[in-house]
Parts: sequence; structure tokens; C-alpha cells
Amino acid sequence: MSVSTTPVNSIVSFEKPRLQGLLDALKQAGYRVVGPRVADGAVVYDELDSIEQLPLGMIDEQDGGKYRLERDAAAGYFDHVVGPHSLKRYLFPPQETLQQLRLKDGDWHVEPPRVADTPLAVIGPRSCDLHAMAIQDRVFLEGPYVDPGYRARRERLFVVSVQCRRAAATCFCHSMKTGPRASRGFDLALTELDDCFVIEVGSERGGEVLASVAGWKTCSAATVDRATEQSVRLERSMNQRGAAENAPHAAKPRQLDTRDIRDLLLNNLDHPRWDEVAERCLSCANCTMVCPTCFCSSVSEVSDLTGEQVRRERTWASCFTAEHSFLSSGVVRNSTTARYRQWLTHKLATWIDQFDTSGCVGCGRCITWCPVGIDLTEEVAAIRETAK
Amino acid sequence: MNSQIQVAPTVDAANPWATHAVRIREIEPEVRDVVTYRLAFEDPAVAERFRFQPGQFNMLYLPGIGESAISISSDPDDPQRMLHTVRAVGNVTKAMARKQVGDQLLLRGPFGSAWPVDSCEGQDLVIAAGGLGLAPVRPVIHYVMNRRDRFGKVWLLYGARSPRDLLYTSQYDRWREADIDVQITVDLGDDQWDGHIGVVPVLFDRLQLDASRTRIITCGPEIMMRFVIAECLSQKIESKQIYLSMERNMNCALGFCGHCQLGPAFVCKDGPVFTHEQMEPYLDVQDF
Repeated sequence: MSVSTTPVNSIVSFEKPRLQGLLDALKQAGYRVVGPRVADGAVVYDELDSIEQLPLGMIDEQDGGKYRLERDAAAGYFDHVVGPHSLKRYLFPPQETLQQLRLKDGDWHVEPPRVADTPLAVIGPRSCDLHAMAIQDRVFLEGPYVDPGYRARRERLFVVSVQCRRAAATCFCHSMKTGPRASRGFDLALTELDDCFVIEVGSERGGEVLASVAGWKTCSAATVDRATEQSVRLERSMNQRGAAENAPHAAKPRQLDTRDIRDLLLNNLDHPRWDEVAERCLSCANCTMVCPTCFCSSVSEVSDLTGEQVRRERTWASCFTAEHSFLSSGVVRNSTTARYRQWLTHKLATWIDQFDTSGCVGCGRCITWCPVGIDLTEEVAAIRETAK
Repeated sequence: MNSQIQVAPTVDAANPWATHAVRIREIEPEVRDVVTYRLAFEDPAVAERFRFQPGQFNMLYLPGIGESAISISSDPDDPQRMLHTVRAVGNVTKAMARKQVGDQLLLRGPFGSAWPVDSCEGQDLVIAAGGLGLAPVRPVIHYVMNRRDRFGKVWLLYGARSPRDLLYTSQYDRWREADIDVQITVDLGDDQWDGHIGVVPVLFDRLQLDASRTRIITCGPEIMMRFVIAECLSQKIESKQIYLSMERNMNCALGFCGHCQLGPAFVCKDGPVFTHEQMEPYLDVQDF
């Protein structure tokens, strides 16, 4: 290949085994590569050396409080949808050091934290996750203050997104207008067809990495059409969910009516449904941990035994805990009713005031990973039905 | 919620976790468990840049213990003389109570929204505070005194649980001399007390307010502010002319950590000062 880059927006294809060449090219370019792998019965992100480690032939059945991996002979490398992990854990890690301090001669000296300087490439994020990343960008990069750790990691992130060709019953990106097709926010986007991968170049560095992968060829118009048609067909089937007859015993495919949703929720802060859902909610915080946009955190102090070395550690926090709203005069949200209402009204309503976007991307993780299967689409529908 | 957030010159927008070293220069006992610290920046260049608006707060940091959001209680026209009035009530403030003159702390700030003192000029002003809520409004009193002729009538209505809990008592005469009508009340008097008994909102009954030109600034326990607001509304003062300072769990001061959310607002960056109009939909919602 004589060219050293593939132009942005160009579309190429390669045979499926050539995907290994992409992994190698990323490593060659200095990236640590992570991608989807099966661990403990779920597809999670982990270090990826070989395409043999990808969940080939696996699909995930998801429903309220349910996640099952199943073998499917027809399934490709990426026919699972979303697992409990998202890009959040790499850009806004569950635990990170914000500052290190050292006491010397009675005074504190602040040392900047070490931010891992190995750039990271993630293979596998879907359209919903790219939208979630854009939402966290608004929180940590686009307000009056910038979080320096987030920015350093974000600038070094290389995203190889995957176009979904299947949706779980818990997916509702079509309602949130966040998918299923990824149109921006990636360096490369893969569409898996039965005989090849179609690759769309989304950035200059994406083009540079792709150029060094052996065996890619310009895509024929017919192949581009097949790839596009696959996304269109999926979106159409999701949009027809309301009308479609549900197979017996099958999980009910979700959708969310977002019309005037901000005012709907904020005008119904005293709706009896909040108490009703609180009867089921365990206030366990799983939903906030798996949510790709939830950004709450706490900073704690970690000292050595002498008290002369201190690290400031930021860890994920959740509005489902009492500590979250603690004041010396008492806890503000002292009931599960108040905490669930805070989470849902923030996610779907006040997020719009704060960041000019919904905080929900329709990935459905909060439904799947809720131990009692609470489904926000159902809660909103119930409130809508008897709203003031 | 508030798109007009200005980053202070002593805060690095690209690394807002960075702290400045300050030293305790004076410790003034106020009331039980409450003292006022005068803090001075170690770096003269930082001290030179530092200024704050009435109602803003700093994050005071004791390494190994934690950070606490404390309002600045001094004169905004004299930012080098920076005072913080602190009640020893949590981990950080209790550890601070063991500090002595000459000890070092770390500080980030100032953060948060301000009392709209400049837009109150030309108006009558009622400052209604309860308990430690006098500290965040004392910069307003200074501001008014420094340019008294620009304001109409000015009242300070202040209440505390008992005479022993009243803050800054030695300064009331000076405020009165500056033509501020200072009215003090306590929930519970003692043998020496011959002033008002009762809660702050009751003091409103005695005022002749011109609703068209009166601004309200209130800071104190939420329950007190709610009754103050009810008084003001019944006297036909518009919701957008009533300013209040909300208290929530402020951890980061940057809108990152999420703890201080109150409906659409991050209290740390959109607040702590809000108009009643902004807070009205949420004030009476239980546990919101």
C-alpha cells in the first residue's frame, strides 16, 4: 500500500480474519487495546491481544434483572450488544488519584498525579456508548471547569466502534435518538457482515491506523449498501416495537415515550408511583454503576501511617446512598422514594437543564443489572398514565 | 441552570483541583464551637489576584482529613483580609478547630454565585439571617456600608437560638451607625436579655416595606428562609427580588461530583445564591 492514510469518511472493507491486523496495527501505534471478552458469564471489556478472544458466536439475552449469554451458530464476533462495562470506566475510572501530597517541614507539597500515558484503544463501543461519552464530555470538559484527568485520558482514546445488527429487549436507543447507527464520535466504525467487515473512517488518526492494516480494499457500492441496510433494518424493527406482537415468554422490547418528559416528571414529584417503585428498589446503586453517563463521585483521603503522605482518591458514588446528600443538619434524601426520584428525574429531566441533553442513551443497562428488574421505561409510562 | 459562571482569577479552569497554601493569621472565638479564622495566602502573587464576591465560598482543605466548603465572611472591598467563620461540626471543621495561628491549610476558590449587591443599589434592602447564616451575608453588610448613599433603607433582621448564640455582637453598633436598622431576636432569652423573643420572620410585621423597591437577602436554616419568603410574598414582594442561599453537600465545588444537586441546580456552581423564583418549584417538595 503506497498511501499512508485513508481519508476521513472513506469506507473500506477487509476479510474477517484481517481484524487481527487492526489489533496489531493499534499496538504497533503504541495503544493498549481493550475489547469485548467473556468473563464470569458476561461480555466485559478487557485486554485484547487476539481476535480469538472475542465472543464469536455469542449473543446476550437481556431483560429486567436478567443477563444470559447463549451460543448462536449464526452469530458473529459482535452480536452481543452491551454488557455491564462502558467507556466510562476508562475515561472516568471507578477509582483514581486526583492529587498526592507530602508533608515536609510542617508544610504540604502538592505533587501532580501520574496519569497513565499509554494511549488506549477500545474496540466495541456502540452508538449508545458514543453518545454517553459525548454526554460525559459535557460534564467534565465543556463546563466552566475542566477535569484534567478526564481530559488527558479522553485525548488519548482511540475508539473502534461497532454498528449493532441486533438489539436486546432492554435496548431503546431508537427512543433516545442515540442509535442504533453510530454516525460520529469514533475513529473507526466496524460493520460486521457475514463475509467481511466494512470499516468507516471517522478521524485522521483512524485513517492512519487503518492504512497500516494489510489487506483492506475499497468497498464496492453494493457492500456499502449492505452495511447501511443492516442498520436501517435494525432501526426499523425497533421503531415497530409498539405495534409488533410479542412472542410468548419472550422479553418485552422496550421503548420510551420522551414527549415533554422533563415537565412530565418535574410536575409529578409527588406522584404515588415514586413510593410504589421504592417498595421494590433496594437502593443498591447498581443502576448508577452500570450507567454510562452517571458521573457522581466522592473524594476521600488516603494517608500513610505517618500521615505525611496523602493521596486524594476519587471513587464513583451514587445518589442511592444516604452519604450522597449528607449535611451536618441531616440527610436530605433519607428514603428510597426520594433517592429513586432523584435518580430518575436527574437522568431524564434536570439533566436537560444542566447539559442541554437527556442523561439517558437508551442502553438499557440499568434495567438488566437491577437485581429486582426495575425498568425506567415502565416507571415513566406509569407516571405518564396518571400524570397531573 | 446558570450559564453565566465566571471562573475566579485564583482558580485554574484547566486544573480546578489545584490548591493554594494559606496560613492562619488570627483565630477569633465567636460563639460556642464557632470561631473566625483570618487566612493569608503564602504566595503574594496569589494574594494579589484574589478577590471574591459577597456570598461566595472557598474550599478549605486539611490534607489527610478532607475539604469543607466555607463561605467568606469578610469585606469584599478588602479581599486580602479574608475571614471564614466556621462551626466545628464535621470531620474537617473539628480538625480545623485544633489548628493554631501559624498553621498551614490549603485552599481552592472562590466558588459559587454571589448576592446581587450591585443590582440592589438604588433599592431598599432587607437582610434576614438566622444563626450561622449571618456569616455569608456579612460581606453584603460591608458592601452596603462602603457605599451607603447608594442604597435606600437597609434592615438587618437577625436571630439565633439564644443570646449566647448571636454572632458578631460587637459589630452591631457600627452597623447601626452606618444607618442600618439592625433588629435582633432570639428564640429563647436569658436573665439579661431585654430584646425581641421569637423567630426572624416575625420581625417583618414591624417593617413598612415598599414592595416595588425592596430586595430581600436571606440566609439561614431552610425552615427559617421558607417563613421569611412567605412573609415577603404576603407583602407583595416579587419572587425574583428575593434571594436565598441554599445548603447542600458540596464536595467538589465544580459541578463534577453531583452531591449538591437540587433539581436542575448544582448548588456549588449555580448557587449557593438563587432567586426564590428559581427555587420555588422545589422548596416545598419533601426530601428533594
